[in-house]
Amino acid sequence: MPAPIRLRELIRTIRTARTQAEEREMIQKECAAIRSSFREEDNTYRCRNVAKLLYMHMLGYPAHFGQLECLKLIASQKFTDKRIGYLGAMLLLDERQDVHLLMTNCIKNDLNHSTQYVQGLALCTLGCMGSSEMCRDLAGEVEKLLKTSNSYLRKKAALCAVHVIRKVPELMEMFLPATKNLLNEKNHGVLHTSVVLLTEMCERSPDMLAHFRKVRQLFSQLVPQLVRILKNLIMSGYSPEHDVSGISDPFLQVRILRLLRILGRNDDDSSEAMNDILAQVATNTETSKNVGNAILYETVLTIMDIKSESGLRVLAINILGRFLLNNDKNIRYVALTSLLKTVQTDHNAVQRHRSTIVDCLKDLDVSIKRRAMELSFALVNGNNVRGMMKELLYFLDSCEPEFKADCASGIFLAAEKYAPSKRWHIDTIMRVLTTAGSYVRDDAVPNLIQLITNSVEMHAYTVQRLYKAILGDYSQQPLVQVASWCIGEYGDLLVSGQCEEEEPIQVTEDEVLDILESVLISNMSASVTRGYALTAIMKLSTRFTCTVNRIKKVVSIYGSSIDVELQQRAVEYNALFKKYDHMRSALLERMPVMEKVTTNGPTEIVQTNGETESAVLETKPPLSGLQPASQANDLLDLLGGSDITPVIPTAPTSKPASAGGELLDLLGDLNLTGSPVSAPAPQIAQPPFLLDGLTSQPLFNDVAAGIPSITAYSKNGLKIDFTFERSNTNPSVTVITIQASNSTELDMTDFVFQAAVPKTFQLQLLSPSSSVIPAFNSGTITQVIKVLNPQKQQLRMRIKLTYNHKGSAMQDLAEVNNFPPQSWQ
Amino acid sequence: IHFILLFSRQGKLRLQKWYTTLPDKEKKKIIREIVQIILSRNQKTSSFVDWKDLKLVYKRYASLYFCCAIEDQDNELLTLEVVHRYVELLDKYFGNVCELDIIFNFEKAYFILDEFIIGGEVQETSKKIAVKAVEDSDMLQETVEEYMNKPAF
Repeated sequence: MPAPIRLRELIRTIRTARTQAEEREMIQKECAAIRSSFREEDNTYRCRNVAKLLYMHMLGYPAHFGQLECLKLIASQKFTDKRIGYLGAMLLLDERQDVHLLMTNCIKNDLNHSTQYVQGLALCTLGCMGSSEMCRDLAGEVEKLLKTSNSYLRKKAALCAVHVIRKVPELMEMFLPATKNLLNEKNHGVLHTSVVLLTEMCERSPDMLAHFRKVRQLFSQLVPQLVRILKNLIMSGYSPEHDVSGISDPFLQVRILRLLRILGRNDDDSSEAMNDILAQVATNTETSKNVGNAILYETVLTIMDIKSESGLRVLAINILGRFLLNNDKNIRYVALTSLLKTVQTDHNAVQRHRSTIVDCLKDLDVSIKRRAMELSFALVNGNNVRGMMKELLYFLDSCEPEFKADCASGIFLAAEKYAPSKRWHIDTIMRVLTTAGSYVRDDAVPNLIQLITNSVEMHAYTVQRLYKAILGDYSQQPLVQVASWCIGEYGDLLVSGQCEEEEPIQVTEDEVLDILESVLISNMSASVTRGYALTAIMKLSTRFTCTVNRIKKVVSIYGSSIDVELQQRAVEYNALFKKYDHMRSALLERMPVMEKVTTNGPTEIVQTNGETESAVLETKPPLSGLQPASQANDLLDLLGGSDITPVIPTAPTSKPASAGGELLDLLGDLNLTGSPVSAPAPQIAQPPFLLDGLTSQPLFNDVAAGIPSITAYSKNGLKIDFTFERSNTNPSVTVITIQASNSTELDMTDFVFQAAVPKTFQLQLLSPSSSVIPAFNSGTITQVIKVLNPQKQQLRMRIKLTYNHKGSAMQDLAEVNNFPPQSWQ
Repeated sequence: IHFILLFSRQGKLRLQKWYTTLPDKEKKKIIREIVQIILSRNQKTSSFVDWKDLKLVYKRYASLYFCCAIEDQDNELLTLEVVHRYVELLDKYFGNVCELDIIFNFEKAYFILDEFIIGGEVQETSKKIAVKAVEDSDMLQETVEEYMNKPAF
């Protein structure tokens, strides 16, 4: 068999291949030759063959059959063999391979070899990819080498020790004695790796950290020692061996600064000991080249992280400010990153650089833009909000799509916190909706609607602007949804042409209906949007005067829509026209001002979905506004039939503004027994609960003795228990507390519980305790339901559960019929 | 440093050094992804890319891209210096190094890297010492002839 071709020959040959197929053919041929050569146990050419194999591996071809050959090479006495063998091991024999551990003995022997370069190979291999078992076995050898006087080996042993500690942290103690005099070396390689080792130990173990802060190393404590070394580096003259652009060993300087950072963190004494040197480095380092800036950057990070004096901190932030003005993008990038970290703690100092930061919004680099955006949001406050918003809105206009959602959310948040005036706030929202309307998050829509209702004096202005916005373009769903809702609510203001803030436009009722109908018909409209539009049209039936017939026609057409949601709504509205016309105007009256809900809270919409009677309305405008959220409709589905009163699942909230009043009246019609039906008036201010108005708080103190609880639902690991309480003061009220638990091994998230009761009952759902049911029955969700059962009928309930489990959305309907008689009689 | 990649402007891999353990398939996927990200960046962008929970620091020297993946707390600007130092070492060893040198002598490129970095950390900050170690090791090779003929391209 002829000698296998040389490595370089192979490389040259393969490079002549003109197609992928040709290359593959060559490679396969060569692999076959190599394989047979391996089978023949050829010692002479094994090295050459493995080298070729490694080349082919880099091209992406499989090379696993060479693993054992690498082991044989490592075990060989020839240095050439070892060199390639270890290289092959590092490329092919990581710890996931079965034969990995077979290396251990070879490495052990080589760690004790007479030639330092062989020892070096072994240390390098162990330090790059040794497995935990291997590290455990060989840690002792490494520790020995850490104490040798040979600096070539010592530096490698130090990094090997770092790897061992990373793999097997328990072995850290073992290396402690050897660290005693590591820093007394003159050799920079050893110094550098020693600092790395000390850093690793301090980062991993607070005990170690404390130890190093206090205990005297050989000759002195660690911090002063490091300070001295650093000082020497800065002050010493030109040293050609370690010089980089006029700076002496920047790698070592940076590592020392990083170790100082860890030592000084939360420690006053250590921090004080380093104040001077940090100031010195910060002021004396040459900044014309990247290397100087690298050192300054690390210095700034250290200053900000330790307990430095304020003068030093200001110095650091000013350095960052200078970085921001640097032409070099990389420098601007690190400056923004660092400022982002410090903006919370040193807010005022960072504010001074606000205009530079805002300029970075216009940078071409994506990462710089993102950081500038985040930083800008962090810097917005009451004083600069107008200016900042202008810049941010401009940014929203022109930035890449991946930013738009975050930017829009950020603008909404900032606007809500610092809006100088309602009009400004609404204008800003409008601007966001029109420029980035399709990127706005879904939850922004209800927030905006709530905001709009709260600005009573701006209603006319708002609806006018919204109308104009969708006239041109109704493809951006969030915008269209908000606009539809507003037009539905305030359409009368729109056509009456009253607007104080700007020139009122002339709009006829037909034109308004035109646009709403276009939204309904358009292919671009999502199902949810169509729902909004249809409801808006319905509401206008009480606000418009001339076009009621048109509205009736539209509504009846959609009674046979394919979209079930639309169909449902249309059928109900039709029913309103036909059978309940006397209730229509009350039901569709203006929504009251909603309670403000913090945007950070888990609850969102305060909208209460109520069907209410306007019969005895005295004080506040009634809670009207038919906003049949899909919840209500689903529940109607649950109970079937068309004569059912929609339930009021006020799941997200516990403050239906003035709902109490009207329902009281409703209940008044139903012959409540025994409870003082107080006038609706007082409801407005407080009691959150619908039925609380009937009785004095707290409701539950008068608990009827022990009503047995039931398991209402148990399926797929989800169990829901009902416990009951009756109030003595109002026997028609039953309070059910549900507890949902999860016996599977994965959490159930986004859990929503809905319930519906037959017509003669009234039901109110309060906020659940959370939306996640932890696995293994380790926690529950609780939720309170109040049922009013004035006719003392047998309690029946249909429940609907939706949640996410094991990555899929689950949904179930069930009927609960096993209520104990004591709960309703 | 978690890993170092060298690749050409056409996306061909010239060197890969991994300091963390990953399955082969995963490595290939990562390489493909990163090569694509970096090759699509234009001149005007910075040398840093946020990628998963790491930072990629890259620099182009002639026709070769040098890319390092570092952790969040590592100093990006210093990593640029690390990359630059490696290029200087290659240059000192090969004398005016070019991409072909690295293609035909890839194992040497690894040897040089291993004298500069171990386990993702710098071991030697002196150019002289690092290169001398590789040259001394070369002298130990039993037959210089062996597979290391420096060919004429």
